Amino acid sequence: MKKLMQALAASTALTGPALAAPLELEKDVLTFGFIKLTDMAPLAVAYEQGFFDDEGLFVTLEAQANWKVLLDGVIDGTLDGAHMLAGQPLAATIGYGTEAHIVTPFSMDLNGNGITLSNEVWEMMKPNLPTDADGKIAHPISAAHLKPVIEDFNAKGKPFNMGMVFPVSTHNYELRYWLAAGGINPGYYSPENVTGQIGAEAFLSVTPPPQMPATLEAGTISGYCVGEPWNQQAVFKGIGVPVITDYEIWKNNPEKVFGITAEFAEENPNTTRAVVKALIRAAMWLDENDNANRAEAVEILSRPDYVGADPEVIANSMTGTFEYEPGDKRAVPDFNVFFRYNATYPFYSDAVWYLTQMRRWGQIADPKPDSWYDEVARSVYKPEIYLEAAKMLVDEGLADAAGFPWDSDGYKVPTPPEDIIDGIPFDGKTPNAYIDSLPIGLKAGQTVVGSAVQG
Amino acid sequence: MTIADPDTLSSEARRARLFTRINKLDAWFQVFGLAWITPVLKAAAGDNPKAQMKEIWRLLAVPVIAIAAFLLLWGTLAPKVQTSLGAIPGPAAVWAEAVNLHQDAQAKAAKQRAHAEKVEARNQRFIDRGQPERVKDIPYTGAPSYYQQIWTSIQTVFFGFLIASAVAIPLGILAGLSPVANSAINPLVQIFKPVSPLAWLPIVTMIVSAMYASNDGLFAKSFLVSAITVTLCSLWPTLINTALGVASIDKDLVNVSKVLKMNTWTKITKLVLPSALPLIFTGLRLSLGVGWMVLIAAEMLAQNPGLGKFVWDEFQNGSSQSLAKIIVAVLTIGIIGFLLDRVMFALQSLFTFSNNR
Repeated sequence: MKKLMQALAASTALTGPALAAPLELEKDVLTFGFIKLTDMAPLAVAYEQGFFDDEGLFVTLEAQANWKVLLDGVIDGTLDGAHMLAGQPLAATIGYGTEAHIVTPFSMDLNGNGITLSNEVWEMMKPNLPTDADGKIAHPISAAHLKPVIEDFNAKGKPFNMGMVFPVSTHNYELRYWLAAGGINPGYYSPENVTGQIGAEAFLSVTPPPQMPATLEAGTISGYCVGEPWNQQAVFKGIGVPVITDYEIWKNNPEKVFGITAEFAEENPNTTRAVVKALIRAAMWLDENDNANRAEAVEILSRPDYVGADPEVIANSMTGTFEYEPGDKRAVPDFNVFFRYNATYPFYSDAVWYLTQMRRWGQIADPKPDSWYDEVARSVYKPEIYLEAAKMLVDEGLADAAGFPWDSDGYKVPTPPEDIIDGIPFDGKTPNAYIDSLPIGLKAGQTVVGSAVQG
Repeated sequence: MTIADPDTLSSEARRARLFTRINKLDAWFQVFGLAWITPVLKAAAGDNPKAQMKEIWRLLAVPVIAIAAFLLLWGTLAPKVQTSLGAIPGPAAVWAEAVNLHQDAQAKAAKQRAHAEKVEARNQRFIDRGQPERVKDIPYTGAPSYYQQIWTSIQTVFFGFLIASAVAIPLGILAGLSPVANSAINPLVQIFKPVSPLAWLPIVTMIVSAMYASNDGLFAKSFLVSAITVTLCSLWPTLINTALGVASIDKDLVNVSKVLKMNTWTKITKLVLPSALPLIFTGLRLSLGVGWMVLIAAEMLAQNPGLGKFVWDEFQNGSSQSLAKIIVAVLTIGIIGFLLDRVMFALQSLFTFSNNR
């Protein structure tokens, strides 16, 4: 009798606070992978602030060597989920690279990348850049100013090489968008030739983020597009100059997502929702009170187990500023957005944009109808799971209902021209029309055959 | 001598006995690399102190001075080289980082204790609620400490080394005993011997991923990949030395086995192995050395949570302390390699008999 009373008392005490997890978790010991970039912050914060603990999850965060190892880890089950590039679940599902059905119920952040050029290239570009009223260089800097530099390189017989982190990375597409907006052809892919350098004026290749500053210093590449802290590292070490952030290319563009296999989501629905709940709370914490918690986030990320870079370097981009030329620090409060502007909702239109860019550069070899884009987006991005997790948080009193787009049909309103560097609006519901409106890139009906565009 | 009562031995005889004991211990001091202790003990016991001073100088003072000179050279030259990660750290910075890593390991040990208590409490809750089937042992979720990474590396290298020995020694005996087998095995050995671990790694990764489908097995995939890569690179010295040792047994011994009409098993265990042991052990020592070197490279790419991953992660971090931490890891790798070699040497001395013992 005494034991029964004790048990009843214990279980009543446990049901008291709203933090008691009512979800029956199928799997509570999980391993997530990440790459050492500052936007893995939601994962680190969810661990360190105890949000995973609150859901009853025991999560181990493991740094991975590079994006390929991370993707393979998720596909073969070594990792239960991972911090992924927005293009990775899409590419894996359509079969570009290793094929696997990967889904994402949570978008980790917006913005957060920059394009850095070597000192040599910057010195060649700088004299011709327009300045604004204060005498500072006018931002955003268009790639049109890079064109004479490339011609100069070619005249000397040197190719103009640039680095990005993965063939289906957001960095690849943003770098190509910026170059194309300035009239430079970044090259095409074809089914036989996956270097992405067919017909290119600037040659893009894959370099893992930590090796980018060293490769830039060595002169193997003249510029790269990467996330933080690698652009600010270049500034601190005096080896390069960031010229533009992706916030200036496309305001509030989607960046990383949290990817899991479709099997995991099916077999562990409650666990998936618990994970998304913890991540939403982490994202809210990061943007709370006008980024008040960012300093603490910087301290967490500077630990060697997470990003490990010096705290000053990380703080340079995460606390409201971004340093371009050494000494030219400007206010960019939305350089990293973790929760504001519905950053965590996995919008179908984001998926469609990446698919259009894959088609634009030939990674998707044949033209596809608008319905195909919608289908793929729906099979990979799972806003239903996100909204269920959000609802649970609102019911538990941990989140404000106003912070979530309950009535969205999954498509953002079309991007207005002023939010994008070349002024071409993007409407996720008409991908083919959008692809045709872009100046450089495959149009409807075109394919890459051999080393030329046909059609 | 036997009728002499030990207590009434003259002081001369006692001293002589002491010197004999010190000389016997010397063999063991040499094995452990502490050969300088012998002249110190002898000098303390009064055996020709002047001659001992010369030995002490050679065995203790000179190495210490050489190490001190190296540290001085390092300390002066290092700050002159500026890399993009800052100047190369001198001995002081490296020592500071070593202390940091120790303190970090202690902090992590405290966290692990806290985690164990939390899991204990959680399991107790389930037992109290009458749900003993939900009691589970949950491993610690944080990152491993430096000492745990060292231990993982040592475990991996020994696992790979043992598999390599288990494969190489029988094959070596076969190749040594039978010239036909030797001709068959030799070309394959010569071709695969020079292959670098980094070239084996992708193949091993694919095979392990394909064959080891579940993730709840006894070993983690990264552990197996690293261990098998160590096996593939370190089995060649053992194989070659075993074959050589077996092939060069004294012909008289082979004749003895024929006269006594020994069967193969008795011949191998009583005749071949004991006489080939010195060369087999040489091969094992070489293999362990090679295996330790290969392990660090394999771990970097296979992401086994050991010293190789530590170095790779620090390189990826690119912080201002990263270079110093990497140098700490380099020195750790060197010291552990030295200790492993000493352990093998000690084992070799135990099991083999040579004229010098």
